[in-house]
Amino acid sequence: MDAHTSDAARSVLEAPDIARVLTRIAHEIVERAKGADDVVLLGIPTRGVFLARRLAARLEEITDKPGRIPVGSLDITMYRDDLRLRPARALARTEIPDDGIDGRLVVLVDDVLFSGRTIRAALDALGDIGRPRAVQLAVLVDRGHRELPIRADYVGKNLPTSLRETVKVQLTEEDGRDSVLLGLRGTTPADGK
Amino acid sequence: MKRHLISAADLSRDDAVLILDTAEELARLADRPIKKLPTLRGRTVVNLFFEDSTRTRISFEAAAKRLSADVINFSAKGSSVSKGESLKDTALTLEAMGADAVVIRHHASGAPHRLATSGWINGAVVNAGDGTHEHPTQALLDAFTMRRHLSGEGPGVGQDLAGRRITIVGDVLHSRVARSNVHLLATLGAEVTLVAPPTLVPFGVESWPCEISYDLDAVIGKTDAVMMLRVQRERMNAAFFPTEREYARRYGLDGDRMARMPEHAIVMHPGPMNRGMEITAEVADSDRCTAVEQVANGVSIRMAVLYLLLGGNESAVAADRTEESK
Repeated sequence: MDAHTSDAARSVLEAPDIARVLTRIAHEIVERAKGADDVVLLGIPTRGVFLARRLAARLEEITDKPGRIPVGSLDITMYRDDLRLRPARALARTEIPDDGIDGRLVVLVDDVLFSGRTIRAALDALGDIGRPRAVQLAVLVDRGHRELPIRADYVGKNLPTSLRETVKVQLTEEDGRDSVLLGLRGTTPADGK
Repeated sequence: MKRHLISAADLSRDDAVLILDTAEELARLADRPIKKLPTLRGRTVVNLFFEDSTRTRISFEAAAKRLSADVINFSAKGSSVSKGESLKDTALTLEAMGADAVVIRHHASGAPHRLATSGWINGAVVNAGDGTHEHPTQALLDAFTMRRHLSGEGPGVGQDLAGRRITIVGDVLHSRVARSNVHLLATLGAEVTLVAPPTLVPFGVESWPCEISYDLDAVIGKTDAVMMLRVQRERMNAAFFPTEREYARRYGLDGDRMARMPEHAIVMHPGPMNRGMEITAEVADSDRCTAVEQVANGVSIRMAVLYLLLGGNESAVAADRTEESK
C-alpha cells in the first residue's frame, strides 16, 4: 500500500487482536465441525494463505494433532469475473494438500470479505478440483457491501464501512507487521479490498 | 492496443520470466482431475498453418482448449490457399469470422510480422514458426525446461538462467529454433555457444549475442545443456557437408560424447529427431534427453502465452517493436 493511504489510515485491529481473533475462529471451527478430523484449510493468496497457516497451527494445538491439519492455497485469478477489465495478471500458487478435498470439509480463508466476487471465483475453482463434503468461509474482516448472495461462516471482525473507505490487512509474513488499517480512498488508487 | 508475440527478441527479461512463472503454475493443471480453466471462454483462437507441423499445432490446440477458447484449425492443404488465395485474403476471412488470436506458421520468414502490422486483423498474432526466422514459443519452452532442470532446488520460479552455459549444435543456418533460443537465452542471462560446420552457420551471426565454435568436443565438457538441432534436409538445396556419416561423427551426439558432459547436464532436442544423424538412439532414449518433456512443457508455455496475450483487456507481455516501427 502506498504512503498516502497509510498516513491517513486508522488502525482497527493490532497484532494481539488478530491473534485473539484467530484463536476464537479456530475454536469455532472445532466446535462446528465436532473436532477437526476432515477439515482442509485453503487460503486465498496472498494474505489468506498466511491466515490459513496460522489457523492450522491453532487447530493443531486445540485438537492436539501436530502437523495433521491439511493446509493449502487456492489461486482464483483464472476464475475472476473482472479479468477482461484489466491487463492479464500474474498467477499465484495453488497448492492442494496431497489427500485432496473430496469428501472433506473445506474452509476457505481470506483476509477481507467485500463484494463476495472473490469467493464466488473460489467456489468455481473448487468445483474443478474436487467435491468437498461442505465448504465454509473464514475471513479476518467483513466490511460489507456484498454484490452476491455470499456470507462468511467465521468472521474475525465485522467492520461497517462506506465505499469511500479502504480496508487494508497487513500480516507479518508479507508486510512486516500485523494490523488492519481503515483508510480513505484518496487520490491514489487503492485496491479497495 | 493488441500486442503480439512475433519474436523472442521482443521479450524483456521480466516478460520472459513472467511467461515462465505463469507456465510453471499452469503446468500443475496436468495433475488435476479437470484439466481445464474457464479463462478464455468465448474467445476464438485460429491455428493458421501454412507449413506441416504436428507437435506445435497440437500443442497450441491443447493449450487453447485447456483455457476454454474455441479453436479453429486451418491448414493450407485442402483450403483455398491451394487455389491461390493470398495471405491478405485469408487474413480478412479470419477477421470476418472474429478471430481473437491467430497462431501462424508460415514457410516465409516475416509472414507473422506482416500479419501483425498490416491492419488486416485486430486480433493478437502469435508466431508459431516462420521460415528460417523465429519460433518464439519453442525458445520459451526450451528455457522453461532448462530452468526446471538447472535451477537447483525447485522449479526456479522468479529466476532467469544467469550464468548457465548452453550449447546449440547443428543446422543453425536453417533453424528458427536456434535464432529464437539465442535471443531469449541471452535475455535470460545464459551464455550461448553455437556449434556447427562453417557451411551451416548463418551470414551475420557475428551480431548475435553468442559464441561460435566449429568443434563440438571442445565445448561439450563445460556445458549445462546441449541442444541438438535437426538437420533440415527439406530446406537444403545444396551440399552443406560431404556425407551424413561425416556429419554424424563430427557434430552428432552419441553415448561417448554424452559421457563427457558434466553430470547434471541435459540433452535437448526440439523434435522431430533424425535418429542416427544428429543424435543416436542411445542418447535419444537415455533419461538425460528431455525431448518428450519438452513437448509436455510446450502446452504449459503456450497456455501461458495465450493467457497473457488474451486473458486481460490488454497484453501483459511483449511491448513489441513491430508496432513502434509502423
